[in-house]
Amino acid sequence: MNQKAVSADKFMTPAEAVSRFIPNGAQIALGGFTINRNPMALIHEIIRQNVRDLHVVCHSHGQGLDLLIGAGCVGRLEIAYGGNGRFAPTCVRFRKAIEQGKILWEDYSNYQMSLRFLAGALGIPFIPTKSGLGTDLLRREGFPREIRTQRKVAPRKCVLLQNPFLEKEDDPVVLLPALTPDVALIHSQQVGEDGTVKIRGLTFADLEQAKSADAVIVTCEEVVPRSHIRSDPDHNSLPPFLIDAVVPIPFGAHPTACFFYYDYDAQHLNHYRKMAEDDQRFREYLAQWVYGVKTHNEYLDRVGGARLADIRADSVLGYRKGLERR
Amino acid sequence: MDSYSHQEMMAISAGRLIRDGDILFAGTGISMLATTVAKRIHAPAAVVFFETGGIDPSLEELPLAVADPRVMSGTCLNSGLIDAFSIVGHRRLHTVAFLGAAQIDRFGNINSTCIGPYEKPSIRFSGSGGACDAGCLAAEVIIFMQHEKRRFVETPDYLTSPGWVKGGDSRKRAGLPRGGPIAVVSNLGIMKFNANSREMFLAEYFPGITPERIAEHTGFPIDISGAIESVPPTLEELRILREEIDPQKLILK
Repeated sequence: MNQKAVSADKFMTPAEAVSRFIPNGAQIALGGFTINRNPMALIHEIIRQNVRDLHVVCHSHGQGLDLLIGAGCVGRLEIAYGGNGRFAPTCVRFRKAIEQGKILWEDYSNYQMSLRFLAGALGIPFIPTKSGLGTDLLRREGFPREIRTQRKVAPRKCVLLQNPFLEKEDDPVVLLPALTPDVALIHSQQVGEDGTVKIRGLTFADLEQAKSADAVIVTCEEVVPRSHIRSDPDHNSLPPFLIDAVVPIPFGAHPTACFFYYDYDAQHLNHYRKMAEDDQRFREYLAQWVYGVKTHNEYLDRVGGARLADIRADSVLGYRKGLERR
Repeated sequence: MDSYSHQEMMAISAGRLIRDGDILFAGTGISMLATTVAKRIHAPAAVVFFETGGIDPSLEELPLAVADPRVMSGTCLNSGLIDAFSIVGHRRLHTVAFLGAAQIDRFGNINSTCIGPYEKPSIRFSGSGGACDAGCLAAEVIIFMQHEKRRFVETPDYLTSPGWVKGGDSRKRAGLPRGGPIAVVSNLGIMKFNANSREMFLAEYFPGITPERIAEHTGFPIDISGAIESVPPTLEELRILREEIDPQKLILK
């Protein structure tokens, strides 16, 4: 026997995972991208447990991040893009929080943030790139000096360096500080009973995020037998021993999409944007969809079986063909 | 001639700048229309890929975000961000990136981050996403803009993605030996960049628009002396755009 089944105490509810791994002030990496595979069940639970002062690190994030910011859980943000595609070209609560100075933020690019997670995963303190040269991403720091001495905050945003391998010619590169978040929150399609994770479709920077973190929580649509997930290891994504909590939770990314399981819920995303535009209506949204339900199953009851059936993915295409998306 | 919108003219004009075999870094919105119309008309060997890692999807339905599951369907390969950016900057590939922005200067440097001071912006936008990366690493960049004086400015409030930096060879000296914007496609016409000074000039004005009107809507002096009128969209281009690419009118207004 080369691998024991993952210990049963790794399987838990969203409430247990959040209370065990995400204290006030934690640095969390959000998996997914804009309207795809956001770890929504965990995000709702973070809001219900009123976790505060989170330091969020991500590349392009949308729905989940916007909800966390709007609910007042985020103190600091390092980010490349806050948007929901056509459903919100700039996420509304993200935009308001920055315009009103309610959070601290630092801008990087998608590639830069992905490389920072990669550096953390590789155990190196920084990583060079050509991306960012000639821009304000290098010149303007968002975080004030006083927080740059705090834990898991890089002393500098980035450093410009001449290529040390060339002696006669100029060849500037940008050095980016590694990220080692306290916990990565990832939503996947399947986890084996042994804890092996399978993500289908694009992985974004989820694998680098998971490998860079001190702890990893994976929510999943389905738990499948060990023999099943190991019958197709070429398509598996993360090994069991990197995973600290497995949270089985169907439709755990709703209203964002989960390839081959369900499409994004276009009506819900449009509704959310309208509610987010106004402070009072945003509070009503939270009351109805987050505080007013105790579990993700209660949330799904509110969404309704008809809507969930309507966004079910086509088994060949991976999305819902002909979905009304306007 | 059928009537057509500025948006259709922009998509078709940008599509005509694509060469067969180009590797296209597309966003959503109008760049999706431009790349798909080009693929169906004159550049069938062009390949569309997304910064999220979706490479050459079948695009039977239009994606509404670069993480839309439609960019993962029927691809040759599904990967992630680091793989995607290794393609954007690949030295063997002629990659063309399509970007949009809130502000642009005469050297094609663009702002998609904020209006007003960075620390206390009056308007905050989404931020770079992959725009900075594409602006630094792609072989060519094509930029979509709404043509207004407050958008074509002397100095953008924030420089998110580099164009020709300060003109001349300053981009190369900044450490970016390849790339740079080749064209700006606005709702009024097409701007290109002088091969030496790298300053923006008016190359084409759309039918019904005068070069003088474009100069009036540009917040810096722009050379309009050599501009010619664009060829209007053909019936075939319009039909493909309306009936085959966006029949649900998800992007077309």
